[in-house]
Amino acid sequence: MRAQFVLSEIGVGLRRNLTMTFAVIISVALSLALFGGALLMREQVSVMKDFWYDKVNVSIFLCNKGDAETTDKCEKGPVTADQRKTIETDLKKMEIVDEVYHESADEAYKHYREQYGDTPIAGMITPDQMQESFRVKLEDPEKYKVVATAFEGRDGVQSVADQRNILENLFNLMQGMNVAALGVMALMLVIALMLIVNTVRVSAFSRRRETGIMRLVGASSFYIQMPFIMEAAFAGLIGGVVACVLLLAGRYFLIDGGIALEDKMQLVNFIGWDAVLAVLPLVLVIGLLMPAVAASVALRKYLKV
Amino acid sequence: MIRFDNVSKTYPKQNRPALRDVSLDIEKGEFVFLVGSSGSGKSTFLRLVLREERASHGMVHVLGKDLARLSNWKVPSMRRQLGTVFQDFRLLPNKTVAQNVAFAQEVIGKSRGETRKSVPQVLDLVGLGGKEDRMPGELSGGEQQRVAIARAFVNRPMLLIADEPTGNLDPQTSVGIMKLLDRINRTGTTVVMATHDQNIVDQMRKRVIELEKGRLVRDQARGVYGYQH
Repeated sequence: MRAQFVLSEIGVGLRRNLTMTFAVIISVALSLALFGGALLMREQVSVMKDFWYDKVNVSIFLCNKGDAETTDKCEKGPVTADQRKTIETDLKKMEIVDEVYHESADEAYKHYREQYGDTPIAGMITPDQMQESFRVKLEDPEKYKVVATAFEGRDGVQSVADQRNILENLFNLMQGMNVAALGVMALMLVIALMLIVNTVRVSAFSRRRETGIMRLVGASSFYIQMPFIMEAAFAGLIGGVVACVLLLAGRYFLIDGGIALEDKMQLVNFIGWDAVLAVLPLVLVIGLLMPAVAASVALRKYLKV
Repeated sequence: MIRFDNVSKTYPKQNRPALRDVSLDIEKGEFVFLVGSSGSGKSTFLRLVLREERASHGMVHVLGKDLARLSNWKVPSMRRQLGTVFQDFRLLPNKTVAQNVAFAQEVIGKSRGETRKSVPQVLDLVGLGGKEDRMPGELSGGEQQRVAIARAFVNRPMLLIADEPTGNLDPQTSVGIMKLLDRINRTGTTVVMATHDQNIVDQMRKRVIELEKGRLVRDQARGVYGYQH
């Protein structure tokens, strides 16, 4: 088979269907960009989880004098030294617990003052209103439930709080966005596939004379179909390249320049360029293969060989 | 070359079969006219030989192969041993004469050197030497049909199928085409030609096979077009 002959056939075919080719390129590019974006978003969530879960604690708040009057769980009065002691030893006995740190009411008050300074709210709080607490660091932050069930409802414990909950909301939001992106991607993918099928149908029809003659002189079905498949694959590859550019530009715009999240949210760890680069080959391969497969399926229907 | 054993063909959604119980044998090197009015089954006969269609009943052998047993992917290699010529020429309008002929070699993967050698040769044979770079639109009907014959013959097929090759041509041009087909037949290629052209059949005095409403009604060596009804 002669490469030059095949290439010139592909060029002719693509030019003949220029508008369709553009439509295929754009829809493939958008669906792949969304697909890549969803992958990167997942990566971002896991980077953030790694980063934050290291720093998050489970806090066991102990009853103080004020709680004894207002909270049901503390009706037996503020925490006693004995209770505090057993909680601490029980915590340290648990295998999943990494570190335990006791924060006294005075320390809590001090942190509080540091945060709010001399604002009017700060003046309304006194040290005995602050709760003392155990800050517990877990080996595996996912095992929060174990600690919660062990200490929730014990005498002297007001509540067990997992700081993960706050983050979880954020992660859920991000994952929700992810699902939405994948949904839009699926829709774009369907559009891209239908466009490809239609393009193949049109170009099979406009070239029925050539393909009919090819058939008569005994060209193999592979030989007859290949220009169509290569056309679709070529358009898809260009779409894939455009998607890659969109992903790179998107990361730059969101994180480095433009919106510049890296400067604004310094506490957050963002995915690096390496993560973006790792996604690109997958995007390109899918951009190449998906239209080719769609075209060969469409050819079965629209091109008699 | 071609053998039909009790072949019938009924197209889907049609009651009347296009071919009914046709049996015949065409030997290597024969020149055979296929005659009959429109709808008599000539085209169906040729489509079965080219395996564009499969027989509903009976067996079709072409070039020693049972076409019913020939798997789809082997059909192209069978067709490479056949040449086909049609009433409407079926040339590619955007390619030159030489490119049209070379197309038949390109699609089956012949090397460029081979094509460069065999294309001028076959164009000389059909009497189109010197017109290699013309476009089909610039040629007369007779010349276009010669290009089509050159394309059908360039791969030196064992069997040439011609479906009313003179149908669009005036009588004088038709004679030239027939002389060309006769010359190709003399090289040993079997020629099967469907036609309506009474003069040609009567002049050539070759074997005549007549179909009527799908039945084989006459198979005559050195025959004429038909009895005057």
